[in-house]
Amino acid sequence: MSVGAPATQSRLASLWRHPLASTAALTALVAVTPLFLTSSYHYRIAVLVLIFALACVGLNLLMGYAGQISLGHAGFMGIGAYAVAVGPTHLGLPSWLSLIAGAALSGLIAFIVGRPILRLKRHYLAVATLGFGLLIAIVLTNESEFTGGPDGMLVPRMTLFGWTARGTIVWYWVAGISFLVGARLALNLIESPTGRALRAIHDGEVAARVLGVDVARKKLAVFVVAAVYGSVAGSYFALFNGHITPDVAGFLRSIELVAMVVLGGMGSIVGSLVGAAVLVVLPQSLTFLHEYEHMVLGLIIIGIMIFLRQGIVPTLAAAIGGRRQ
Amino acid sequence: MIVLSADRLSISFGAVHAVDALSLEVEEGLVFSIIGPNGAGKTTLFNLISGLYAPDQGRVLFAGEDVTGLAPEKLARRGLSRTFQNLQIFFRMTALENVMVGRHRHEATGLIADLLHLPAVTRQNRQTREAALAALERVGLAAMAERPAGGMSYGGLKRLEIARALASEPKVLLLDEPAAGCNAVETEEIKAIIRSIAGDGITVVLVEHDMRLVMNVSDRIHVVADGHTLAEGSASEVRADPAVIEAYLGTQGAREATGAGG
Repeated sequence: MSVGAPATQSRLASLWRHPLASTAALTALVAVTPLFLTSSYHYRIAVLVLIFALACVGLNLLMGYAGQISLGHAGFMGIGAYAVAVGPTHLGLPSWLSLIAGAALSGLIAFIVGRPILRLKRHYLAVATLGFGLLIAIVLTNESEFTGGPDGMLVPRMTLFGWTARGTIVWYWVAGISFLVGARLALNLIESPTGRALRAIHDGEVAARVLGVDVARKKLAVFVVAAVYGSVAGSYFALFNGHITPDVAGFLRSIELVAMVVLGGMGSIVGSLVGAAVLVVLPQSLTFLHEYEHMVLGLIIIGIMIFLRQGIVPTLAAAIGGRRQ
Repeated sequence: MIVLSADRLSISFGAVHAVDALSLEVEEGLVFSIIGPNGAGKTTLFNLISGLYAPDQGRVLFAGEDVTGLAPEKLARRGLSRTFQNLQIFFRMTALENVMVGRHRHEATGLIADLLHLPAVTRQNRQTREAALAALERVGLAAMAERPAGGMSYGGLKRLEIARALASEPKVLLLDEPAAGCNAVETEEIKAIIRSIAGDGITVVLVEHDMRLVMNVSDRIHVVADGHTLAEGSASEVRADPAVIEAYLGTQGAREATGAGG
């Protein structure tokens, strides 16, 4: 039986889960990192890490805490990304309002789609969410009048009170602060009545139900929250890049998000940042290997999962916590 | 006053009539035990009463209202709580957090408040925590509060489930084999806990195989076999009932038991 593994996992989790501890660690990390970023290219990578980490925090609430998989989560990134492209271009909306509208639309779509989909479990849920993600990508590709089709479209820069968000350093702070706010909200949620209900659903739906937890409603709530995180991250991604293609909502992107969450650590908000960092930074830093790049990347990922099987952050935290005890 | 009753409940799985037109009435404040041989339909009956199964026929009445087919979470919110024969523990959570989930039906904060950690959530968390600690205290697990549930002993987990159900402040508590797999010392602890729960006026419906425990704590015993009622009465009445003895020991055994003077 696997009684031993979750035991160590939750001992460390109680350490890492303390909202103040995690918030302080993440804030320090975001504040200190610029000292090590020596070029605009470095900043660019850091911004991408933070944007994907934001999406992963949302997905981690769904996967790591509530135990529900989504293989179509990039679909919500796509909705957010195209909201800030289509809104200003075709509807004359300011970018910030388009971002909010995109988040609201993602939440609404998650609410409508979630009811029937979240009744499904495990592999069936995986395939259903995969279908949802594909659907969004197809719509973005086919509605070429609005979206530019497979070639994508330009994204106007975001201006707020006459100030334009441009330059990688500005974007670093926009993405960094947004990530910290997102992480903090997630940490709040985990240590709340809703969060306890979600974690209970993960371990035993039947037990949660007989204690009065409306399982369907809680799953739907976390699905909507995760969708909003994904959408906001997608909007940032589009605004930062200045150009967007349907790939943002694609199947590979969804898989990448899941891989980030699992690699960093399911049920670890700090892990979401670490997972995003590994999968954004590694491919960039392995380019010197030329044709062996993908092979080495694959081997590293396999290695991490074999030796750190609870994900990077929970496994390392357990090792440190275990030695202290 | 009758707080819980089953009225000619039936459910079949394929050709098997697991529960067959079974009726019972549980009076408020009593310890009401349901016993019977393996496969008699006791756990199925619990699943029907607690809303996990919908009956093919018959009704369940709880606190004077027809609750047949109501979802378990709705029943729980009306004050019907239960434990499980095979443990249903939230293994990734601490003992205290497990019991805090039991407080769910008394928690009032919404999703937005929870995300923003409004002062109401801080207050709610503190109240939930205190109530959960009190429930742990009642089953003698206060010292284990911060332990991960995954690392606790089997007997400890059995009591943890009871604490979790108690934390919901039920009117009626269904205990499905709370002493199964427990040693003599643990069974004694369970017995004391059942007594103290009943002492607080909570109605306890008990399914249990440990006859010493059942005979000791029950005000009333309902005997089922093959999905229907065999007998009902006090411990001494049930013990003397020839039909009950036969169901448990077989005809041959029954003859020997009565021949040997019980």
